[in-house]
Amino acid sequence: MDKPSTINKTNLNQLFAELNQHGYQIIGPTIRGEAIVYDRISSIDDLPEGWTDEQQPGHYRLKKRSDKALFGFNVSPHSWKQFLHPPERKLWTAEKNGSNFKITPEKLENPKFAFIGIRSCELHAIAIQDKVFIQGPHIDSVYQIHRKDLFTVAVNCGQAGGTCFCVSMNTGPKANSGFDLSLTEILEENRHYFLVETGSGRGRSILENLNDKKPAENKEIQSAEKIMTETSKNMGRFLNTEGIKETLYENLEHTRWEDVAKRCLSCANCTMACPTCFCSTVEDVTDITGDHAERWQKWDSCFTMDFTYIHGGHVRHSTKSQYRQWLTHKLASWIDQFDSSGCVGCGRCITWCPVGIDLTEEVAAIRKPDKSKTDYN
Amino acid sequence: MKSLQSIIENHPFFKGLEPRFLELVTGCASNVRFEAGQPIFRQGDEANQFYLIRQGKVALEVCPPNCEPIVVQTTSDGEILGWAWIVPPYHYHCDAIATELTRAIQFDGQCLRKKCQEDHSLGYTMLSRLLPVIGQTMEATQLQLTDVYGNRS
Amino acid sequence: MSNNVHDPMVPQIYEVTKRIRETHDSFSLYLESKSNSVISNFGPGQFNMIYAFGVGEVPISISGQVEKFGHLIHTIRNVGTVTSALNALKKGHKLGLRGPFGSSWPIEKCKKQDVVLIAGGIGLAPLRPAIYALLKERDQFGEIAVLYGARHPTDLLFTKEFENWRGKYGVQVKVTVDTADREWKGNVGVVTTLVPRVSFDPNNTIAMICGPEIMMKFSVLSLKQSGMSEENIFITMERNMKCAIGFCGHCQFGPAFVCKDGPVFSYNNIKPFFETRDF
Repeated sequence: MDKPSTINKTNLNQLFAELNQHGYQIIGPTIRGEAIVYDRISSIDDLPEGWTDEQQPGHYRLKKRSDKALFGFNVSPHSWKQFLHPPERKLWTAEKNGSNFKITPEKLENPKFAFIGIRSCELHAIAIQDKVFIQGPHIDSVYQIHRKDLFTVAVNCGQAGGTCFCVSMNTGPKANSGFDLSLTEILEENRHYFLVETGSGRGRSILENLNDKKPAENKEIQSAEKIMTETSKNMGRFLNTEGIKETLYENLEHTRWEDVAKRCLSCANCTMACPTCFCSTVEDVTDITGDHAERWQKWDSCFTMDFTYIHGGHVRHSTKSQYRQWLTHKLASWIDQFDSSGCVGCGRCITWCPVGIDLTEEVAAIRKPDKSKTDYN
Repeated sequence: MKSLQSIIENHPFFKGLEPRFLELVTGCASNVRFEAGQPIFRQGDEANQFYLIRQGKVALEVCPPNCEPIVVQTTSDGEILGWAWIVPPYHYHCDAIATELTRAIQFDGQCLRKKCQEDHSLGYTMLSRLLPVIGQTMEATQLQLTDVYGNRS
Repeated sequence: MSNNVHDPMVPQIYEVTKRIRETHDSFSLYLESKSNSVISNFGPGQFNMIYAFGVGEVPISISGQVEKFGHLIHTIRNVGTVTSALNALKKGHKLGLRGPFGSSWPIEKCKKQDVVLIAGGIGLAPLRPAIYALLKERDQFGEIAVLYGARHPTDLLFTKEFENWRGKYGVQVKVTVDTADREWKGNVGVVTTLVPRVSFDPNNTIAMICGPEIMMKFSVLSLKQSGMSEENIFITMERNMKCAIGFCGHCQFGPAFVCKDGPVFSYNNIKPFFETRDF
């Protein structure tokens, strides 16, 4: 890896211009409806300067910061997966002609995204979805084309959120791979600058075009490291991952599943907010003439009743079995399927659960001996 | 022609039976033959018979009022027919009809009961051979009740 | 993706060349490809996603192949909106098809072994290609037993073929139904009661089971009672399927995606999850 450089706020605007010139569509954090979301942005003026997000189980609020940090918050309600694995897309169109019909696949377009401000946990989430969609025996054509030219400017988290546990999942807070450029935002009394690291040749060539970049001094590198150490120390949540697969598989009948099922609303928020959840369904539609049909792919959730429908009934018809499926998939069977956990510790499922169910708490409870199974002696 | 005792000895139900028990049960046994369509016993009849099927097929029927009889189970070669002879009040619970030419060994239920009462270890042996059959019948009934192949939508 | 690779999410057009009514609620469609890329090879046990225009798509196991290249048979039970639309198709009509997907029955493993096939209801359809594969090289296998259970005599599939399997190939074919009227001269009782009535060497046998989950569970128990070990027992799972290629997540069964890791599984591999309720 190259030696880090430093840039200032103006350079950051230049970076936007460079990316635009290279034909990238820039997506980054911006404020919409009292939340910091990821959307199309055109300059650093669109970034949530001076704002932070307060996150706790079932709780999210924007708060003013005492400084003018551009990336002084944690993760947005929706993850970046909405761009790579769109919530809804047409797969194909079919036209009827007498007793015959013809199927035309939807044309694929390359949007060429640049993600600005993507966090380490989120880069890991993309690496996990890569395994699902483009590294198996079959290829998801839309994901592949959206992913192909993706340019990422990562931001190393300058603070830990109330529901964050990337340290437990070994996915952060510092981005170590999978990015083109990474930034650590450093706010000192009279100075606001970014330590930049390059993660790819593309990143390097974009960085080279920025005017005022300087090689980072040791003192600056140390400041960035100090920030990372602080963030690591202040994780809002902790998850013990030791032997987690075996623990969950061995406790499929733990009474805690009944307990969490009483709180869970099966609303599917956790699966929508999760950056790795990949389930989808297809819907077939026809127009009124009956000669024109389409198939759409849409995000789906294992918390919906129809998810497991086979003729005669639903395989998982209770909230208990649905929650158990979600958690054991995320933290256990995912390891069997894709050789990695399905959780990156971003905390979204905790923040966006309307009743504040916290998976780290649920796992900790399942690790405790099951009350119903203790004997009377 | 095979002796009655060796037929009983070689039937799967009595496989490995102690010689003294074999002698006791043979004392209650006789050879029988049913033509296709011939009734063997009726629901409610006193259960005084127990059969080892040698060859053939017997249908167990229930007959709901105003309905055609429904066959709920068939029993054939190497299996048994009737266990009500050992369970008070000793009445059959369904109709049994031979659906094809059936050869069997018939035991006199009263005779067997008497011997089981006199010798409890014979009684225990009989029960421990009958209970798995009764258990399997119950399991099968449960499976039939769940109607696994049915249209449950 | 290069242009000559067919997107597995896009169906190809097939024509119905023949339609057979199998029972009061099931039928077979003989299909011929209308595009360049045809399914020439499939493993017994594999399935296709079949699309009824404007209605939807369902996973259907391949129940046989016509000798002619590119011809497939699917036997379908009319239980829902899509299968009912497929039921309405006649000779010359078109449908969409994606596949073949999933794992196959372990035919190679059966060589020099006895083979017990247990089918329940429509479950004989996915097993028929396995039976054909065994009969094609009959001398490679020991005893072959087909144990078939259904709800009622009118629900039995492929009955015309049983005599051929018995007579020409020496297959022990035993059939039973859950209930019957007096017209039925065959066995009545659940399919598991047939296990002790056929001869096979439990130490050298491969068993394949296809039917409703409860029926498979009890069949496994019967086979184990007869002395078979779990690793020689294979079953097929049925789960909701939307994509059939491991993307949509619907068919997950513990660590497995039924669409790509199944539908045929070694019982040994899925036992802990098979025995967990609502999993």
